[in-house]
Amino acid sequence: MRKRTKKKIQEVLAYVVLITIGIVMIYPLIWMFFASFKTNEEIYGSISLLPKSYSWEAFVDGWNAIGGNTYAVFFKNSFLLVIPTTLLTVVSSTLVAYGFARFNFVGKRLAFSLLLSTLMLPNAILIIPRYSIFRNLHVLDGYGPFYLMAAFACYPFFTYMLVQFLRGLPRELDESAYIDGCGTFRTLIQILLPLLKPAMFSAGLFQFLWTYNDYFNSLIYINTVKKFTVSLALRLSLDSETIVIWKNVMAMSCLAVLPVVVLFFFCQKYFVEGIATSGLKG
Amino acid sequence: MKRKKRLSRDNQAYFYLLPWIIGMLVLQIYPFITSFYYSLTEYNALKDPNFIGLDNYIRLFTRDKEFVKSLTATIKYSVYTVPCKIIMSLFIAVLLNKGRKGIGALRTIYYLPSLFGGSMAVSILWKIMFMDDGMINAFLHKFGVETISFLGNPSTALPTLSALEVWQFGSSMVMFLAALKQVPQSLYEAAQIDGAGPVKSFFKITIPQISPIIFFCIIMQTINALQNFTSAFVVTQGGPVKSTYMLGLKLYNDGFLFMKMGYASATSWVIFALVLVFTLVLFGTSKYWVFYGDED
Repeated sequence: MRKRTKKKIQEVLAYVVLITIGIVMIYPLIWMFFASFKTNEEIYGSISLLPKSYSWEAFVDGWNAIGGNTYAVFFKNSFLLVIPTTLLTVVSSTLVAYGFARFNFVGKRLAFSLLLSTLMLPNAILIIPRYSIFRNLHVLDGYGPFYLMAAFACYPFFTYMLVQFLRGLPRELDESAYIDGCGTFRTLIQILLPLLKPAMFSAGLFQFLWTYNDYFNSLIYINTVKKFTVSLALRLSLDSETIVIWKNVMAMSCLAVLPVVVLFFFCQKYFVEGIATSGLKG
Repeated sequence: MKRKKRLSRDNQAYFYLLPWIIGMLVLQIYPFITSFYYSLTEYNALKDPNFIGLDNYIRLFTRDKEFVKSLTATIKYSVYTVPCKIIMSLFIAVLLNKGRKGIGALRTIYYLPSLFGGSMAVSILWKIMFMDDGMINAFLHKFGVETISFLGNPSTALPTLSALEVWQFGSSMVMFLAALKQVPQSLYEAAQIDGAGPVKSFFKITIPQISPIIFFCIIMQTINALQNFTSAFVVTQGGPVKSTYMLGLKLYNDGFLFMKMGYASATSWVIFALVLVFTLVLFGTSKYWVFYGDED
């Protein structure tokens, strides 16, 4: 009997801890949403979560805030940057992962250890020479650097993730395709790709997320306001006025995180599986 | 048809690897080497680099007061955030792993903040929440705590930024959750029969069993923490009195604001050295605490 009460207390305690920490975790995000309706006076020195009144004014004002450019432009830019980058990353990493996972070519060990070591190579050390390279290629102040890096599989994380996934698919699939007269490329497209789709989708999701959230690289490669992404525009809205109207900034921040949240809720399964498979064999 | 056969199947791999080979040579190895060369030069991106030997490094370590602060802030930031994130995600993962009701919703809530990792929106949010007359201080007032100048005081600014990082522990939590599911239940049952309590089986079974994932998370998170930029740039701008002027920020300011790219390259090599030393130490100690079951 005493053992059962003890168990029950433990159970309740676990829930209390989990829910309390959960509230602390989610509170800032909820606060951010409601702050979009508050005047600066309401934000300063107040803990109340709910605003005194609701109007969508901040969303309208924030949308048009930055001299001549609306957030329609910035969102369009963000997607113009992120979508091709994501697609190119998925295609290039799939091809490269296939090369690594299914063939015994000369120099494979060396190549694979190079791939693994680039996984740990900090971006900080490459950024200045890359900047010079992209300047010589005349692709600065645009999304060219992102496209090029994606097309040439410079995101070793995704290649590695797909290699691990491919290794889990039975090799007999390829063998029987070869016997049926398929070439290597047809084997990839017709036999492996259907099985690889979930992993490719996970890779794409993460690349979408990381590129969309990225600030450092965008700051360096993009200079013209007309080409700014949402992240760059948000930062700009902090400086552009003498007195920042926080609710406008918060409203736009809410919109900025919205695509990520929507994507997450529609594709939760892939997020979780993607993290799990990429980490598990690491 | 015959000709095609002559290219052995295995050598067709080079065809698939081609994008990577080019990318590797042009956008990874070449920049890696040039970066070191730049670090030995005076270079402003407009004129050709001018070789000056080790001057940049000597200046960093002997004459640049900023650099010492930068280095300290960067190391502190990693030391604060990485262990906190690992412990936090492990703790929550273990609690969530018991198959309780409502786990799905809780997992989502814990995971959500990590979706915005390093994004502008949450950095701005942090700035607003932690300002002197912000929401956090208003909350503390209720408990009679005087206003804490979180972002204006050198001793609290870095922990405040660290809190933003730790808040995003969700992705490692999901990794740990997946790893915990793989631990054979029979191990726990055997331990229970041998009289081991929950604490003992946590340290003797759970930790060793998922140690490869912990190892992986520590490495990846440290590499990220050592390069942190966005939160320092937006929330504190490196201040107050350079207490959050992390190396990533110094690299950006020196290289892209003042166009001293040779000098900034030297800074980037310090970041790299930190990453390298840290990874080597961790790999060196891994045989004592990381257990790989069956290698494949």
